[in-house]
Amino acid sequence: MSKKTEFGPPLNPRGRRLEAKELESITHVRAKVPAKYAWAAGTAMSRFLEELKNGKIIGRRCARCDRVLVPPRMFCERCFQPTTEWVYLPGTGVVETFSISYIDTNANRIKEPILVGVIAFDGAPPHCGIMHYFGEVKPEELKIGMPVEPVWKPKEERVGSVLDIKYFRPRRK
Amino acid sequence: MDLKKIRKDVAVVGAGMTVFARRLQETGKEMSWEAAKMALDEAGLTLKDIDAVVLGSAPDAFDGVHKKGEWLLDGAGGTNKPFMRVYTGGGTAVFAPIAGWWHVASGMFKRVLVVCEEKMSSVQPHAQSAFAHIWDPILDRPLRPNLVWIFAMEMQRYMHKYNVRYEDIALVAVKNKRNAVGHPCAQLADPTITLDDVINSEPMALPVRRLDISPPSDGASAIVLVSEDVVYEHTDSPVWIEGVGWCLDTTMWTNRDLAFPKFLARAAKMAYEMAGIKNPRKEIDFAEPYDPFDYKELQHLEGLLLADPGEAAIMTREGKTQRDGEFPVCPSGGLLGVGNPIAATLGIKIGEVYWQLARKAGPRQVKKDVRTGVAQAWGDLMQFSAVVVMRRR
Amino acid sequence: MRDVAVLGVGATAFTSQTPEVNWKELIYDAAVKAYAEAGIDPRRDVDSFVTCAEDYWEGFSIFDEFTPDQLGGALRPTMTVCGDGLQGLATAYMQIKTGMFNIVVVEAHSKISELLTYEHIVELAFDPIYERPLSAEREVHPYYVAGLEMNLYLHATGTTEEQCALVAVHNRRQALNNPLAPYGARLGLQEIFHSGYAFTPLKKWEIASRADGCIVFVLAAGEIARRLTKKPLVYVEGIGWSSESPWISARSADASYARHAAQMAYRQAGITNPRRQIDVIEVEDRFAFKELQHLEALGFARPGEAGWLAQSGALGLDGELKVNLSGGSLGCGDLIEASGLQRALEIVLQLRGEAGARQVPNARVGVAQSWRGLPHGTGAVAVFARRD
Repeated sequence: MSKKTEFGPPLNPRGRRLEAKELESITHVRAKVPAKYAWAAGTAMSRFLEELKNGKIIGRRCARCDRVLVPPRMFCERCFQPTTEWVYLPGTGVVETFSISYIDTNANRIKEPILVGVIAFDGAPPHCGIMHYFGEVKPEELKIGMPVEPVWKPKEERVGSVLDIKYFRPRRK
Repeated sequence: MDLKKIRKDVAVVGAGMTVFARRLQETGKEMSWEAAKMALDEAGLTLKDIDAVVLGSAPDAFDGVHKKGEWLLDGAGGTNKPFMRVYTGGGTAVFAPIAGWWHVASGMFKRVLVVCEEKMSSVQPHAQSAFAHIWDPILDRPLRPNLVWIFAMEMQRYMHKYNVRYEDIALVAVKNKRNAVGHPCAQLADPTITLDDVINSEPMALPVRRLDISPPSDGASAIVLVSEDVVYEHTDSPVWIEGVGWCLDTTMWTNRDLAFPKFLARAAKMAYEMAGIKNPRKEIDFAEPYDPFDYKELQHLEGLLLADPGEAAIMTREGKTQRDGEFPVCPSGGLLGVGNPIAATLGIKIGEVYWQLARKAGPRQVKKDVRTGVAQAWGDLMQFSAVVVMRRR
Repeated sequence: MRDVAVLGVGATAFTSQTPEVNWKELIYDAAVKAYAEAGIDPRRDVDSFVTCAEDYWEGFSIFDEFTPDQLGGALRPTMTVCGDGLQGLATAYMQIKTGMFNIVVVEAHSKISELLTYEHIVELAFDPIYERPLSAEREVHPYYVAGLEMNLYLHATGTTEEQCALVAVHNRRQALNNPLAPYGARLGLQEIFHSGYAFTPLKKWEIASRADGCIVFVLAAGEIARRLTKKPLVYVEGIGWSSESPWISARSADASYARHAAQMAYRQAGITNPRRQIDVIEVEDRFAFKELQHLEALGFARPGEAGWLAQSGALGLDGELKVNLSGGSLGCGDLIEASGLQRALEIVLQLRGEAGARQVPNARVGVAQSWRGLPHGTGAVAVFARRD
């Protein structure tokens, strides 16, 4: 009953923490989730991926708000109108934001950090870009606003994926 | 939208929540039942009295169960009743109560049970494995991201744009983990934690360190909502839901300035206008903003228009957001201290505001007299917020 | 008290595959049509947006992330219901009834052709501890549950296999009159029987094939709708939903979820004698026998009577009960969570007199019913009417 005075509500909440020993004696039922999908990339993203194969970044312009949407869409979510025109971008940009990650996709700890961030593209509206890796740069050198450029995989290795870009590096003059 | 034309006023008359921990012995159904039963008990009701049930729970991938809501429905008390599951990612914790609100406010139901459940420990090897599927399959997934990355990137952008120091952000983690000492369900309460502990904790995805993050957890929470027509059958001092708001921003998260949560400001304005609040800083007494990361508490206070951009860090440094401060924030201990079983954090957001306003919060009760509180949750790909304003009249 | 009207509807055609568009583009197409018909700009006029979706159908955790842009709902109150389109409609209905929301949009879609392991995902909805190991052990297709339920239904009501097969014959034939439906066909009983048992007593061609498609509804408070349009309006007069126990072993033979949902909807709509008061009926028929079971649950026939109605030619455009003239799920395809909205769409078209070759003359009151499919007993019922 002492708990009642120690804590506020909920009084005597149901459930309890398990001791380490108890964790070993839990009955489990194991299963794999057999989920497989083949998503249609759609009109806009199919072209985007094709252009990555060519070493180019492409966007779509909305005639109403005049924004160049990148990644491209067939409709503008602000104006709710179809976009009208394909626009090539130079591919260069600036670091919009970044992180120095010591964990991988499954939260495993890693020694060499992954440098990742958002690149806002030149020729697109402010803050508008994609997520990607950074390379040829030390973690402590990464700064928001830093000009960067893409480093492409050799043409024969490109498959039409964001991974056709190896990473972005500080822009050379 | 006519924010002043509500058909029926809605009050909270009971809340319950389970211990937040790795709950390997119970299924999600069983935890849902525990929370539902506690809320019904506090309200002095039985399941027979309940007209409809609303359920909140985040990704099915945590459980590996398709249509998880249907699976949980008997635990949540939904058998042979109108039962509805709503879903807005991490925002579900405060959004499911909003769905409960419209069930009652519409005049269609008099007594509604809202149950939120989350069991994150079932998925292997880590809850992060379920989060791998929240990303765009073409743009993001090939990069094999970890969900912490986007928060790190958002935090970086926030610190950069508003000139916020990491030390001030880390103070939030210290405050909330200490506040959680008064919470019987808490997973990570720590009465002795210091700023140095947070600053020196293991780097995850910098600028995010381990103690900047709330832990994955298992648990469930529930509340009972009733219509103005019947509220005084159940209590003499109801806590009213006076304002609700929600807003979802574009899917293209790399097309937004991540520094300021515009979607939250919109949701907050909707809730404030409905509650007749013109000056939120003066008219709201305390807040339970969503704090899965310490910087989120600050950013959310600003999105809730309770501080200017960058100002929440200063309020924190000056101690104003402490439980006995002039504007208490996360007196429950928040997600950072009590734990983060995503949708189930209903109990430390809506639940806590209810207990505080009903003056039932015991050792967690904030010092000053509070009449109006706000609860908020945030979710999806950093693009959604739900806001609820509650009041004792 | 506030009433709720249908201000606009939009739909794509239903097809077995849609590789040319992604789901966003598919939804956008339906949304544009609905907004054009409603005469509204979603960026200015809509107070709230509702999408109906489930993560594993789509292949995403937190599919809600991907819902706003294609509906015009970015930076607006937008949300997901993990349910069928009619449950989404119920959500919009309640929101409008609060008095706060004037115009609410509901979207439900199917992009099920992109799910490569459909039967495994259906199985994933079974209880992982008690139920799933059974089918996993024998590698049984999870639709075996439909066979169990059909057997139970035949046994409890005395309905015959032939009467169930007739439903498939009718609905595939009726779909020939629906330009949106992909599975119209002229079949006879012998073809249904020859298709063979899939899950005895359920035959292969008594099972609806899946289809992709999207339907968008624009609902508005009556006073707003009447201001915006001079056209005769269709009103949502009542809507109900209910769930049975999720345990397969606890399932009823009489679709009690549909009965409960119908009672709720009828009460609101003032329906006391559905057979006399309702002119057009759309009920869920993913498995042919479900149409008969649902007709009984909705009060159009006594238990065991629906099969005889089918046999005597009472179901259909020329019969007493105008049932599933759209072709139903057997004719339009199993549209997953969009199935309920497809039914609601048909009722709206019928009540407006826009149903073409399958039009019921002077239809004024209609009912749409949904069932979320195996293995669960969750469904909804909506009553629509014209008042002019």
